Amino acid sequence: MRGEIARDVERIVLVLDVNAERRELLVPVHKTLLEVVREDMQLTGTKHGCELGECGTCTVLVDGKPQLSCLLLPIQLQGRSITTIEGMATGSELHPLQTAFGELGAAQCGYCTPGILLAAKALLDDNPKPSRDEIREALAGNLCRCTGYVKILDAIQLAAERSA
Amino acid sequence: MLRLPRFRYLRPKDAREAARMAADLGPRAMFVAGGTDLFPKLKRRQFEIDTLIGLDFLPRSVRNGTDECVIDAGATLAAAAHDQHLNIRCAGYAQAAGLVSSPPLRNAGTIGGNLCVDTRCNYYDMTYEWRKAAGFCIKKDGDICLVAPSSPRCWALSSSDTAPMAIALDGMVSLSGPDGERELPVAALYRDDGIQYMAKQPSEVVTALRLRATPQTRSAYVKLRRRGSIDFPIAGAAIALVLHGDVVSDCHIVLSAVASHPLEARAAEEFLKGRPLEPEAIRQAAELAAKPAKPLDNADLSHFWRKRMVRVVVEQALRQVSDQQAGLGG
Ligand SMILES: Cc1cc2nc3c(=O)[nH]c(=O)nc-3n(C[C@H](O)[C@H](O)[C@H](O)COP(=O)(O)OP(=O)(O)OC[C@H]3O[C@@H](n4cnc5c(N)ncnc54)[C@H](O)[C@@H]3O)c2cc1C
Ligand code: SF4
Ligand code: FES
Ligand code: FES
Repeated sequence: MRGEIARDVERIVLVLDVNAERRELLVPVHKTLLEVVREDMQLTGTKHGCELGECGTCTVLVDGKPQLSCLLLPIQLQGRSITTIEGMATGSELHPLQTAFGELGAAQCGYCTPGILLAAKALLDDNPKPSRDEIREALAGNLCRCTGYVKILDAIQLAAERSA
Repeated sequence: MLRLPRFRYLRPKDAREAARMAADLGPRAMFVAGGTDLFPKLKRRQFEIDTLIGLDFLPRSVRNGTDECVIDAGATLAAAAHDQHLNIRCAGYAQAAGLVSSPPLRNAGTIGGNLCVDTRCNYYDMTYEWRKAAGFCIKKDGDICLVAPSSPRCWALSSSDTAPMAIALDGMVSLSGPDGERELPVAALYRDDGIQYMAKQPSEVVTALRLRATPQTRSAYVKLRRRGSIDFPIAGAAIALVLHGDVVSDCHIVLSAVASHPLEARAAEEFLKGRPLEPEAIRQAAELAAKPAKPLDNADLSHFWRKRMVRVVVEQALRQVSDQQAGLGG
């Protein structure tokens, strides 16, 4: 902790591809992707929970794979394609997973939902007909304190069946 | 919010340049690969650095030969866990990589980072404010060990899942230092100390891991943790053995999370050599393997129970290997 505040802040020009849009930003190099999307891009759909890699609520997709934005440094992600929850719907049309979550009540407080939707999207993009256990495994890094998970698993299965 | 401290980020073009930067900067700088161990610890102010040296240049492939597999240090844990050939030839290694943390973390965490992951302790892996309130310990900012106050050393636990498996598979690591390259057995990478847990020079970069992968080698990894979805190991057994007929001709048993380094269970290894891998021999070997494990009260769940469970994880891993022999596993 000693002397940290006195240290200069190194700012860098970042070029990030977020939700298929190229963004150029001047930000401190020590800000995490979670902080940059929420505070510098105003994409507040990505939530912050533990900020230590333990809860999954900050999940984004990097080149289509779920990763935890609270533990990612934007400088390491230049040239990679980043998807946040804001990039999941197409215009005003919801992603089939979002529709299924709404219909089955798979979100209660909704805080875990953006991360879970993205983890589920990555799963279905890779494996359109996952088994219940494969869905469970894909969501193993995402905690939900409200639903008890059953409706979340049901909604993912429903979306998969509809897209088949 | 828990924010990272301010730092500079250096981008060397290769391992030699990274090692030179680290040698010049000394303890002010650390390497970062996937950051999945480093960033939480920086947020909790467990390290005081002002510079990160990015290892983004590290190659990321898994190369499979007839008798060995070579994994680049930059390969992610997910890539290792899903590699088909690795799943056949070094089944235990792929299993161990697939049991580290959780799926999103395995998409970022690297196998080099997993070999170098910091040792863990309930009194150390806490926020700065928590540690300040509870009293600092020798590993960071303090002068006593809170787990064993009369001990002059730190007993933080080696918590890598893949390191024990890499040792069991006669793994060799390639290191790149400021003055050149060298190769070292994975077992020689570690020291029995919770603070200075690595025996390599701090400026040396791990660039690759080479594992024995002969068709005769069978391997398995069994891990114990509270939540099967995400937690670090609180005990684990890595087994690699070669059978001639049903007789064990070579055997490695290495334990995770019971000491400050991956612990080789030599008495059990010697006991099994030359014996058929039968239920009674498995049971006795597991008893022998558990003896040297002396967990302290510094990880999840009770240390008495963890001690009892070491025998169980070894027995389970040996049974898995024995089932593979019968064509049921691997
Ligand atoms: C919630 C959570 C759960 C976890 N559970 C587990 C678990 O069950 N088992 C487990 O083993 N780990 C676990 N981890 C820790 C971590 O995710 C893994 O160990 C991962 O493999 C670390 O790799 P990394 O590339 O992210 O390393 P980093 O965080 O980038 O680095 C870790 C350390 O290694 C050094 N380093 C990294 N790469 C190299 C290299 N090539 N050469 C030299 N030094 C290097 C860094 O300087 C740093 O000291 C967990 C982490 C979290 C947040
Ligand atoms: S074993 Fe002791 S010195 Fe080491 S981290 Fe834990 S409390 Fe600190
Ligand atoms: S906020 Fe990132 S994992 Fe919890
Ligand atoms: S709906 Fe509230 S945490 Fe999941």
